[in-house]
Amino acid sequence: MKIEGIGQAGSLESNDLMIMVDLNQKENLIIEIESIVKEKFGEQIEAVIKETLTENGVGNGYIKVVDKGALDFAIRARLKTAIKRAEGRQ
Amino acid sequence: MSEMIKNALGREIPKYIEGIGELKAFQGAFVYTPEERKAAPRISKATPDMNKIVENIRRSLELCGIKDGMTLSFHHHFRNGDYLVNMVIHEVAKMGIKDITIAASSLQSVHEPLIEHIENGVVTGIETSGLRGKLGEAITRDGILKKPIIIRSHGGRPRAIEAGEVKIDIAFIAAPAADHYGNVNGVEGPTACGSMGYAMVDAEYANKVVVVTDYMVPYPASPISIPQTLVDYVVKVDKIGDPKGIVSGATRVTKNPLELLIAEKAFEAVVASGLVKEGFSFQAGTGGPSLAVAQFLREKMKAEEIKGSFVSGGITGHSVDMLEEGLFKTLLDVQCFDLKAVESIKHNPNHMEMSASFYANPHNKGCVANQLDIMIVSATEVDVDFNVNVITGSNGIIMGASGGHSDTAAGAKLSIVIAPLLRGRLPIVVDEVTTVITPGETIDAVVTERGIAVNPRRKDLEELFKAAGLDIMSIHDLKDVAEKLTGKPQKIQTTDEIVGLVEYRDGTIIDTIRRVK
Amino acid sequence: MKKLRRTMLFVPASNPNMMVNAPIFKPDCIIFDLEDAISLREKDSARDLLVEALKSIDYKDCEIFARVNPLYTPFGEEDVRALVAAGLRNVRLPMSETEEDIKKLDTLLTDIEKELGLDNGVVKILGAIETAKGVLNAEKIAVASSRMIGISFGAEDFTRTIGAERSKGGEELFVARSKIVLAAAAAGIDAIDTVFADVDDAKGFRKEVESAKQLGFAGKSVIHPGQIRTVHDVFTPSQEDVDKAVRVINAIEEAESKGLGVISLDGKMIDAPVVARAERIVTLAKGAGIL
Repeated sequence: MKIEGIGQAGSLESNDLMIMVDLNQKENLIIEIESIVKEKFGEQIEAVIKETLTENGVGNGYIKVVDKGALDFAIRARLKTAIKRAEGRQ
Repeated sequence: MSEMIKNALGREIPKYIEGIGELKAFQGAFVYTPEERKAAPRISKATPDMNKIVENIRRSLELCGIKDGMTLSFHHHFRNGDYLVNMVIHEVAKMGIKDITIAASSLQSVHEPLIEHIENGVVTGIETSGLRGKLGEAITRDGILKKPIIIRSHGGRPRAIEAGEVKIDIAFIAAPAADHYGNVNGVEGPTACGSMGYAMVDAEYANKVVVVTDYMVPYPASPISIPQTLVDYVVKVDKIGDPKGIVSGATRVTKNPLELLIAEKAFEAVVASGLVKEGFSFQAGTGGPSLAVAQFLREKMKAEEIKGSFVSGGITGHSVDMLEEGLFKTLLDVQCFDLKAVESIKHNPNHMEMSASFYANPHNKGCVANQLDIMIVSATEVDVDFNVNVITGSNGIIMGASGGHSDTAAGAKLSIVIAPLLRGRLPIVVDEVTTVITPGETIDAVVTERGIAVNPRRKDLEELFKAAGLDIMSIHDLKDVAEKLTGKPQKIQTTDEIVGLVEYRDGTIIDTIRRVK
Repeated sequence: MKKLRRTMLFVPASNPNMMVNAPIFKPDCIIFDLEDAISLREKDSARDLLVEALKSIDYKDCEIFARVNPLYTPFGEEDVRALVAAGLRNVRLPMSETEEDIKKLDTLLTDIEKELGLDNGVVKILGAIETAKGVLNAEKIAVASSRMIGISFGAEDFTRTIGAERSKGGEELFVARSKIVLAAAAAGIDAIDTVFADVDDAKGFRKEVESAKQLGFAGKSVIHPGQIRTVHDVFTPSQEDVDKAVRVINAIEEAESKGLGVISLDGKMIDAPVVARAERIVTLAKGAGIL
C-alpha cells in the first residue's frame, strides 16, 4: 500500500542498500544509518546521503538506511529513487 | 602500561605484560634463534593394576589435581561440533576453580558459553589460533578477558608447547574412538574426524592427559593415533560432539564466476612460476576459490601426466581424488575436512596423519611446510607491504584464525594470496592491515580478479609472470583500483588497551590487537 | 579499426554488484538491461541505478549498451533521455519490427542530442529483432538510420511468434539467423546472435557459437560470464589465417607506399572483399591476444 510522503528503494542483497525516505517529517532532518561497513565507511555514506538530499532539494525528512556494502553510486541511485517515490513522482 | 617498542614491521609491542611476562618483538621471519632446551612433562608411573577409566569429567579433574591458575588444553578437530571445551569448563566452574587458561588449537562459535565463565573469572587466559562469533566480539569490544588473548599459528602452537612457553597442566583429548587403556584414533565412532594431528603435541607435553570419548573400542584400538603411553585417564560420556558440525558432507568447488576467475588467474600464476612439475608439492586452503585452483591443477596434471609428491594441511575429498587418481604420491594430513577425507585416511596408507609440529613447527629439525613448493592462501586484508590479516574483520573484531597461514607462507617456495579485490564495499588491498598475521616478506604475490601484484622481493617471479602475459601491476596500483571504487576507508577506532597479542610462529610478537571502541 | 563485438554480456540494471564486476570478465560489450530483467515496479529504480553507474564507473574499453524499454511503453523514452544524459552512447532497442521503430528512436536521439549540446549522431543504435515481422523487415531495419551499428537476433520471442519450439538443433532459427546476417552484411553493420539460455550446457553452447560464426555473425549475446571465454575461443582465428591476413595487410601498405593502384600478393590480385576479410581477421587476432 502506498503511503503519502514515504518512499522506499533498494534491496538487502550484498552491495546494495535499502533506503526509506519519509517526507512527512518536516521540522528537521534525521538520518539513521545501519551499515555492515560502518567502521570503515560510515562517514562517507553519510556524506553521500547528505549531498544527494541537497541535490534533490530535500531539506527535512526522516531517512533510514540499511546498507549491505553498497558503493556510492548505488547509494545515490537508491536515495534518488526513494525521494522520487516519496514525492509521488513515479 | 609497560614500555613499548617497535618491531620490524613498525608495530608497537609492549615489552612486558602482567600475567604473560616479557615479550620479544618480531625481527623478521627467520631472524630469531632459540637457545633454550625443550620442555618436558613430569615422569609418570603406571602399575599393572591401575585402572584408567574414570566415571566422569569432574572426577578426572580431581584426579589430575585441578587448581586455580592451571592451563587446560584442547584441540579443534571437531570444529563447530565440539562439546568438550564447554563440558570441561562448565565442570571447572562448578568446582569453584578460578583463573584458568585455555590453550586451544582453535575455538569456534560453539564456544560462546565461555563468555559467562570469563566474566565470572573462571577463565582469565585464552591462547588459540582463532575465535569466532560472540566470543570474539566480547573479547575485542567488551574487553572481558583479564589477560590479552594470544593468537598462535598452527606451527607456532606446538613450538610454544615444546619450548615450555605453554605449560599444559591437563590436556583434554576429544577422542572419536578410544580403548580403556587410553589408545585413541580419529577414524571410528559417530564423531570420526580423521586426523588427530593437533592433539598429538598436547598429549606428549602435558603433565596430565585425559581422553574423553563416546565410543569405546576393545583393547587395543587400531589404528592408534595417540598412544596409551601418554594418557592418564579415560572418560566415557554420552556425546562428545555433533557430527554435523565436525566434517561437512562434501566440500564443494565454487560456481561463483568471480571466484572462478580469481582461481583461474591464480592457476595461471602458479603455472607461470614453473613449479608445476614432476614431484612438486602443493597446499591450498579449503575455501571455494582455493579448491578451484586445485581443480584446474588437477586437469593440467592429468593432461600432461605430471605426478606430484604431496598435498598437505587440512585435507578435503578433492585432495583424496587426486591421490586416488595417482596425481600425488601422498597426503600429509593434520585435519580432515569432509567425510571422504576421513574414509581415505582410515583406509589408504598413502594418506598419512601428521602432528601439528611435523606440519609447521619452525623450531624442530624440519617441518613439512619447509618442503612445500606451492601454497595458496586467502586473506581478509593485504597491505602495500604484502602483510596479511586473516584474524580481525573490518570492524577490528577478532573473527578469523591464524591457522597455518604464516607457517606455510614462510615455508613454501611460492606463496600466493588469492582474494577478491573488493568484498562488498571493503577493499582487500589497503595501506596498512588492521592486524598482521603473516609478514609480507613471506608472501610472493597477490592475485585478485582485477590484477596480480608481485612482491618486489621476487623480481624473478615478476619476470616469469610478465613472460606469461599475466595481468601484473604494482600493489599500490591495485590498492588505487580498489579505492577508486570504494573510497578511502576510515581507520578503525580503538583504545590503547591491548586485548590480544599475535605471536609469530617463532614466538616473537608480530602485532597487538587493540580494544575496539 | 572496427570494434570487436564478439560478446555482449547482459547485466540486469538492478544488481549493483554485477554492474561493478561485469567488466572484469572482459566481454567486448556489456548490455545493461532495463527491459525483460526488470519488473514493472522497479523500472524507475533500475534506470536511476544505471544512470548513477554510468556517471561513476569507468568501464574503460568495454563498450556499453543499454537495452531500454520499447518506446511504445511508458518507460522507453524516459530511459533513453536519462541514460544519454548520463553518458550512454549505444542504445539497444528491443522489439525492432519496422524501420519506423528505428526512425522513432532516431528522431528522439536527435532531439536529445540537440538538448544536451551533443554532436548529432553520436548515439548509436543496435536493433534487436525478435519477431517474424522483424526478421522479414531486417533489410530495412538495418539501414533505417545512419546511427545503426548492428542488428541482433532474439530467438526466444521469435520462436514464439512463429509458433515453434526452440530446439537444440536450431532448425527453426536457421532462415531467420541467415536473413539477419545478410541484412547486416549488406548494410555494413554487425549481426549479433541470440542468447543461449542453458548455462550448464557447455557443449551445446559451443556448438551454437560455432554455427553462429559459420553463418557469419560478428558475435553473440551472452547471459553468463562463464560463456564469454567460449565465444572468444571460437572467434579466435587460426594462426594460418592470421599469417595470411597479415601478409595481405602488409601488401596493401607496401602498394600504397609505392603508389601502386593494383595490389597483388603471390601473383594474385587482392580485391576489396579479401581486404575486408583480412582486416576482420587481424582485429579478431588482436582481440584474442594472439597478434
